[in-house]
Amino acid sequence: MKQAMTPEEIKAQKPYLDWSLSEREYNYIAEELLGRLPNYTETGLYSAMWSEHCSYKKSKPVLRLFPNKNARVLQGPGEGAGVVDIDDGQAVVFKAESHNHPSTVEPYQGAATGVGGILRDIFSMGARPIASLDSLHFGELDNPTMKMKVQDTVKGIGDYGNCMGIPTIAGETTFDPCYSGNLLVNAMSVGLMDQKHLQKGTANGIGNAVMYVGAKTGRDGIHGATFASADFSDENATQRSAVQVGDPFMEKLLMEACLELIEQHADWLVGIQDMGAAGIVSSSAEMASEGQAGMELNLDLVPQREPNMSAYEIMLSESQERMLLCVVKGHEADVQAIFKNYDLEAVVIGRITAGHDYVLHHDGQEVCHIPVSTLTDDVLEEASEEREPARLKAAKQAPAWVPGIKDAGATLRQLLAQSTIADKSVFFEQYDSMVRTSTVVGPGSDAGVLRVRGTRKGLAMTTDGNGRFVYLDPEIGGKMALTEAAANLIATGAEPLAITDCLNYGDPTDPEIFWELHHSVMGMAEACRVFDTPVISGNVSLYNENNGQAIHPTPMVGMVGLIKNLDRVIPMAAQHAGDAVYLLGQTGDDFAGSELQKLLTGDIAGALADFDLQATRDNFHRLLAEMQAGHIASAHDLAEGGLGVGLAEILFKTELGVNLTLTLTKDQFFAETAGRMIVTVPVEHTAAFEAALGTAVTKVGEVTNSHWLQVRLADGQVNENVQALQTIWEEAIPCQLKSKD
Amino acid sequence: MRLAVIVFPGSNCDLDLYEALHTVCGADVEYVSHKATSLAGFDGVMIPGGFSYGDYLRAGAIARFAPVMKEVIRLAKAGAPVFGTCNGFQILTEAGLLPGALKKNDSQRFVCKTVALEVVNNQTRFTHQYTAHERINLPIAHADGSFYADQATLDQLEANGQVVFRYAEENPNGSLNNIAGITNAAGNVLGMMPHPERAVEAILGNTDGLRLFKSLLTPAAAD
Amino acid sequence: MKVRIFVTYKQSVFDPQGETIKDAIHALGHQGVTGVTVGKFFDVTFAPETADVEAAVQAIADQLLVNFNMETYTYQVMEEK
Repeated sequence: MKQAMTPEEIKAQKPYLDWSLSEREYNYIAEELLGRLPNYTETGLYSAMWSEHCSYKKSKPVLRLFPNKNARVLQGPGEGAGVVDIDDGQAVVFKAESHNHPSTVEPYQGAATGVGGILRDIFSMGARPIASLDSLHFGELDNPTMKMKVQDTVKGIGDYGNCMGIPTIAGETTFDPCYSGNLLVNAMSVGLMDQKHLQKGTANGIGNAVMYVGAKTGRDGIHGATFASADFSDENATQRSAVQVGDPFMEKLLMEACLELIEQHADWLVGIQDMGAAGIVSSSAEMASEGQAGMELNLDLVPQREPNMSAYEIMLSESQERMLLCVVKGHEADVQAIFKNYDLEAVVIGRITAGHDYVLHHDGQEVCHIPVSTLTDDVLEEASEEREPARLKAAKQAPAWVPGIKDAGATLRQLLAQSTIADKSVFFEQYDSMVRTSTVVGPGSDAGVLRVRGTRKGLAMTTDGNGRFVYLDPEIGGKMALTEAAANLIATGAEPLAITDCLNYGDPTDPEIFWELHHSVMGMAEACRVFDTPVISGNVSLYNENNGQAIHPTPMVGMVGLIKNLDRVIPMAAQHAGDAVYLLGQTGDDFAGSELQKLLTGDIAGALADFDLQATRDNFHRLLAEMQAGHIASAHDLAEGGLGVGLAEILFKTELGVNLTLTLTKDQFFAETAGRMIVTVPVEHTAAFEAALGTAVTKVGEVTNSHWLQVRLADGQVNENVQALQTIWEEAIPCQLKSKD
Repeated sequence: MRLAVIVFPGSNCDLDLYEALHTVCGADVEYVSHKATSLAGFDGVMIPGGFSYGDYLRAGAIARFAPVMKEVIRLAKAGAPVFGTCNGFQILTEAGLLPGALKKNDSQRFVCKTVALEVVNNQTRFTHQYTAHERINLPIAHADGSFYADQATLDQLEANGQVVFRYAEENPNGSLNNIAGITNAAGNVLGMMPHPERAVEAILGNTDGLRLFKSLLTPAAAD
Repeated sequence: MKVRIFVTYKQSVFDPQGETIKDAIHALGHQGVTGVTVGKFFDVTFAPETADVEAAVQAIADQLLVNFNMETYTYQVMEEK
């Protein structure tokens, strides 16, 4: 059986519809691109390469809104990962990727292979991965199934990263019912390299070898790419078998071998790419397309784990821990020797040919012969219908919700036990956050900070996404996601460099969902321009639905910043009694989408107030200058739970307290207005600090020795023992995980 | 003193150990492949943490058959200092250079955090720069760190002063007698689950591990 | 010829995984379950001409598959298909 169906049978029976290729696309391929009917293998290749996951055919018009260049960007979107200049001939390389669908089906392997995939993207660029981050969104921890999914996801991330020896140093974990049927598991990896080692996924030079390295190919994950481009329902639960299994030990060897080849023998190598979604076909076709070359592969030479695999299965398998190399003719044996030293196979499976055709042989027959560009460049972009969601119009007309808090202390205690706010150490202690001995600030802070060994530089990094705000107002929510990430980096003393993103949405053929995508990207893009943080890599994950119920639109921002002087890393926690406490930014009645609203009403609703991005950015940069001048003792970005929760967080694990007088109301104490920070300043620097920040800051009190959180508000007060608050915050999640519900 | 940092497939704290010794302590240290068949010219052996051979089968079980282990055993028997942290400790027990075994943590989870330790024996070549019963803090990062030995072996370890480090507050893995690190009877082989190499620089927030390497590199007068 | 080798903790060694699973079984309502032991098994296939398979099995278990500080093993010779 060479081909399961004849071209005529394919035309008549339309199996491609099940592979998410539309009839319009099929006809276009047959009539316009090929001038003949594609055979079974070819049809399969098109369906994978033309999936949203590989081609971004639906989201591309929206993605063009993002800025992706500035003076520091060395490589923007389109390669394995983006690359940014960090001076001294060094570069930071990073990318985030979603693994939502595999993780929903099988959380452990889905999360593990998500980490594995993003690490390969980093080292395929020639960079050594130095840190992992994650952004996890689960359903509420109120049922045994979700508890197990959460623990399996965390274990999957930990087992893979720990074995690889890459520290997981930051991330976020949130809980909301909208993610119960469709988890979001976004993994980000950050690498460091000398710019001279920069690689590309390209293939050219007639006669050069196409080499396959790493694990053998099996039937796992076939059509993962199209699988990720269709939504979940209980009916297709049986189809949910396409999950790959990760082998971090194999990947560790693969990483060391690839980096040795790149760093020591770059002249043998034309290009290198990870075999990610759509496996061999996407990596090989993209490399040939990038190099404007022809390519001929013999699939009989592909190392196979299972007998009798068809050409279609070999090409589309998403078996893990594999890379594709284009090697200069004559150096095949040299490359093999390097991999052999790590007990890895490296096999020549084809050659670069003249012309631009993509030709596959299997079992002595030619099974595919098409122009390369038809797989990669000729994809039909899809114009999507969009419509403002009805709920947004209604929210703008409805009266604003007023919390009406009576006892602010009691509210603070309740908020600290909310799972999205509560201590996550039960999760992040399962990740090795210190291996490679460069972690200056580990998990549980505003952002993770690594030193760049051998320099005075540091890199700060964070992941942030808050679907609730984006759900209530995609454009303002998009701006808030960027602002939150920038605030997290600034709080550590870092200057934001660039971002990667995972755009997690529901079914884009629903006009309201496409509108959410479009408008949130508009907001993010505007904020990217203001903060001068271009988008250098990322991915789009659509169809995040279960039984027709979409997740909140949840764009995740992964941002990296540069710290020029490691002596000026700013801690989150208050440092000394007597330091002055300042609030940066103005506080409004921003309760829509807040943790407070969720706590008190069980849901979120309302309209978001817009805010001044440019003023926020200017405040942040004046604060950064004060940090670099050595005037700041601590800084903490205010997010979920507002000022109340932020104050508790800067006192946890210290022996200090605060004594403050605020003009805010009890309600406003928990408002989530964007762009605010709580900053502590030693008394000797307050004059300089106030002169620099002007009206952007308000002095609200001082740090005390008492370990009490004492705040006088306009209409009440808070007087809470910090140790008691910390106990509530620390015990909330372990307690929820243990309860028998 | 010339030291070898052994690199197994899957070792991942080799860099950390090398940097602690070389960059921080200025020691004469070299990476040595698991395939090496001679350790001639080396005065001591450092076995790093990580996941040698993916921890497949049992942590450390396959590494012990690597060619270099014959030489490690030869040096250990000759009285040279041999140090293993984390996976290195697991390898040393699997190779029979240290008694007992490391089981999966009682929690069934990997755990990475900083824990309090007591320096139980400061009379070893690895700990003489600590004071007797000193409290220190070191990071741990492991899934299989629960020390187990039968009662007779435990009694012997305690009686001989072979228990060098003990968890001082929380026992993070279920180790018997709260054991965090032990030596062999001769005192020249030390295995411990905590990572002293992660605690040697102020910029990373902890220098409690530094004196372990300083002890090793500057033998006490009694040695 | 195929031999299945079972490796478990010795009876005297605490098996937290087994305890956790036992608790989960109780939560499912099977109160009659009084103990769970977790182990692993290895299916080892020998070439037909191998002499003294049982001696080989014992050597393999002793040298590699079992850590006698905490584990023990049994094995069974599987039926030929």
